[in-house]
Amino acid sequence: MTGVLPVTLGEATKVVQALLYSGKEYVCVMKLHADAPEACVREVLKEFEDLVYQRPPLRSSVKRQLRTRRIYYSDFLEMDGRNVLFRVGCEGGTYIRKLCFDVGEVLGCGAHMQELRRTRAGPFLEDGSVALHDLAYWFAEWEKTKDDKVLRRFVQPMENALALIPKVCIRDSAVDAVCYGARLTAPGVLSIESSLVKGSIVAIMTLKGEAVALGRAVADVEEIMHLEHGVVVNTERVLMPRGTYPRCWKSGEKIND
Amino acid sequence: MPRTVAPWEAKRELLVKAEDKTSPKYGRNPEDRQAEDYMLHGVVNLDKPAGPTSHEVAAWVKRILKLQAVGHGGTLEA
Repeated sequence: MTGVLPVTLGEATKVVQALLYSGKEYVCVMKLHADAPEACVREVLKEFEDLVYQRPPLRSSVKRQLRTRRIYYSDFLEMDGRNVLFRVGCEGGTYIRKLCFDVGEVLGCGAHMQELRRTRAGPFLEDGSVALHDLAYWFAEWEKTKDDKVLRRFVQPMENALALIPKVCIRDSAVDAVCYGARLTAPGVLSIESSLVKGSIVAIMTLKGEAVALGRAVADVEEIMHLEHGVVVNTERVLMPRGTYPRCWKSGEKIND
Repeated sequence: MPRTVAPWEAKRELLVKAEDKTSPKYGRNPEDRQAEDYMLHGVVNLDKPAGPTSHEVAAWVKRILKLQAVGHGGTLEA
């Protein structure tokens, strides 16, 4: 299997959790075990869109219990004899191997996954991905020239991994408390993204675009926009070191004067 | 029939509740991090080759970049 694999460096490893929720896209070659009409293959692929039931395979690191996953889209691309090429967008943790097996079952002829390439992992696409040998080359160039522009050829800021997570932007005065694990309250909020949903993972950000923490929204968009007090986000994973922003424990204290 | 929207297809609008300024005295824009600081808060969008597991490839990245710790976002294995 090949394709997009985001590798988090050093402190950035804390954002890995956000990537698991951001969805994936693959291009897959499925091999049918007998000939089947193209029209049927197209139809069955469409049937697997939306919720599917899967149990992780024997060789997996997760508990082998039946679970649901969402297939956002499964688009037939082309067919050559018994080889079917299709593109699939899905939730993280969806087993494409199992999808191919199940498609084969529904078709009646049986099928297996022949080849898989990941074309997207969250916000990261094939376009812009870097190969291992390019990585080694550019790293050596960077060590030699110490030019940070070279560094940017193969490394992105960890905040880019949060591009698909709904963002909550907060005041400077609210930052340090969140770094200590404090829950975010309504007065600290400056803006939110409309894709925010109560109960979902959100990224708490500063006005400078730095990631402060990952949390879970405990209010919906309307509530957050209109509430004067109360908790709006439960902090779950602090990303910014304490003390980056000044401590402001007293409420109402402005620090930009 | 509308199907479920993928996270990258969702419409995202910015809803502003209040305005405030940010002081240049602390914190910095992620793009302005320097050298080791930028690297240690960075992500590599790697094109994984066939053969090794995702864990092995991440370990290679760690060795190439001379780092203490790396992680990866989603296992890609056979």
